[in-house]
Amino acid sequence: MWQWFHKLGSPRWFYDISGKFLPWLALASVVLIVTGVVWGLAFAPQDARQGNSFRIIYIHVPASFLALAGYYVMAAAGAVGMIWKMKLADMVMIAAAPLGAALTFIALFTGAIWGKPTWGTYWIWDARITSMLVLLFLYIGIIALSRSFSTRETSARACAILALVGTVNIPIIYKSVDWWYTLHQPATIKLTGAPSMHPDMFKPLLVMILGFYCFYALVLLLNTRTEILQRERRTNWVKELAAGK
Amino acid sequence: MKPARKQRLLVVVFIVVIASLVVGLLTYALRENINLFYTPSQVAAGEAPTNTQIRVGGMVVVDSLQRASDSLDSSFLVSDGSATLLIHYSGILPDLFAEDEAAVATGALGDGGVFVAQQVLAKHDEEYTPPEVADAMQQAIDKKAKAAADNTTRPIESKTPNTPAAAY
Repeated sequence: MWQWFHKLGSPRWFYDISGKFLPWLALASVVLIVTGVVWGLAFAPQDARQGNSFRIIYIHVPASFLALAGYYVMAAAGAVGMIWKMKLADMVMIAAAPLGAALTFIALFTGAIWGKPTWGTYWIWDARITSMLVLLFLYIGIIALSRSFSTRETSARACAILALVGTVNIPIIYKSVDWWYTLHQPATIKLTGAPSMHPDMFKPLLVMILGFYCFYALVLLLNTRTEILQRERRTNWVKELAAGK
Repeated sequence: MKPARKQRLLVVVFIVVIASLVVGLLTYALRENINLFYTPSQVAAGEAPTNTQIRVGGMVVVDSLQRASDSLDSSFLVSDGSATLLIHYSGILPDLFAEDEAAVATGALGDGGVFVAQQVLAKHDEEYTPPEVADAMQQAIDKKAKAAADNTTRPIESKTPNTPAAAY
């Protein structure tokens, strides 16, 4: 088992193996997201109270899911890089930061657009929305931190520490609507029990969530591969790769 | 695992535990301030400050919304099940504002126990239902209420009719 784990530490091996996954991930995310968007926007019934404006859920919820899950991916990669001194893990951590920041921004932005017709305001400083804004700043902080050191090792360690400290925020975001009075409603999709949503509306949402997971994996791999090529540009295998193609 | 790695693993665990502890204590100390609004029960118990800007929230009581015919003034009661609070508001209520739905009002609590709001927001719940299903559910509720009303008007049990709305 450990041999496999150490093999994963080789950027070249990772570059080769990830290249084989890319077409399948691309195909899966395109099929799932196109299906989910058409199904959710054109065929799912409208909501009895909100009308059509509820349909932003098909972007808002998957983006929020991946913004939170992606933070754990980033922090776990940071921890692995710190413990095993694995360069590849550091690269995954750096690759996950801009992706997570983009998803968090999409979640906040779509939430604001939905908030105006539903609540009557674009923004409110309640626990859910404020903690989500903190998440955006954490992601941006890691991007900034990763570029402010001259040595890669120091930068990776600093980013990993910030990423690990920031993990505290994830359960706070998730449970904020249950722990405190907020304007944001509690979760529709529950870990235990049925979702409080009609199946005709829930199925396309599930397809969109799966599609976003595939899309996340795809972009994370692409970002990591770019990072690998950039860092290993002086090695023979990258030079051969560049010359061979 | 090599000793050096084990030590670094401990550092990682230490960082996460200490950070959780710090933030946990912080949020515990600030728990009342993190709440977005006061409930009518808290206002009734005197926990909410008067004559300063606060938010209150609760369910809008059925049949309590009154609109002035010549201005945008309106008033309604919000309830959390055990206490109610009267809110006065001058402005346009959000589209999704409705009786028996939750609302959050920003404003100040006067000395007379009346809340004057500058902003009223509708709070949406986590339920999503298509219109046909919502209609069917409403019809089932109406039918049940009608059956209950028919029962109570029988000569044997001719007491005051007990409708669900009277539960507040």
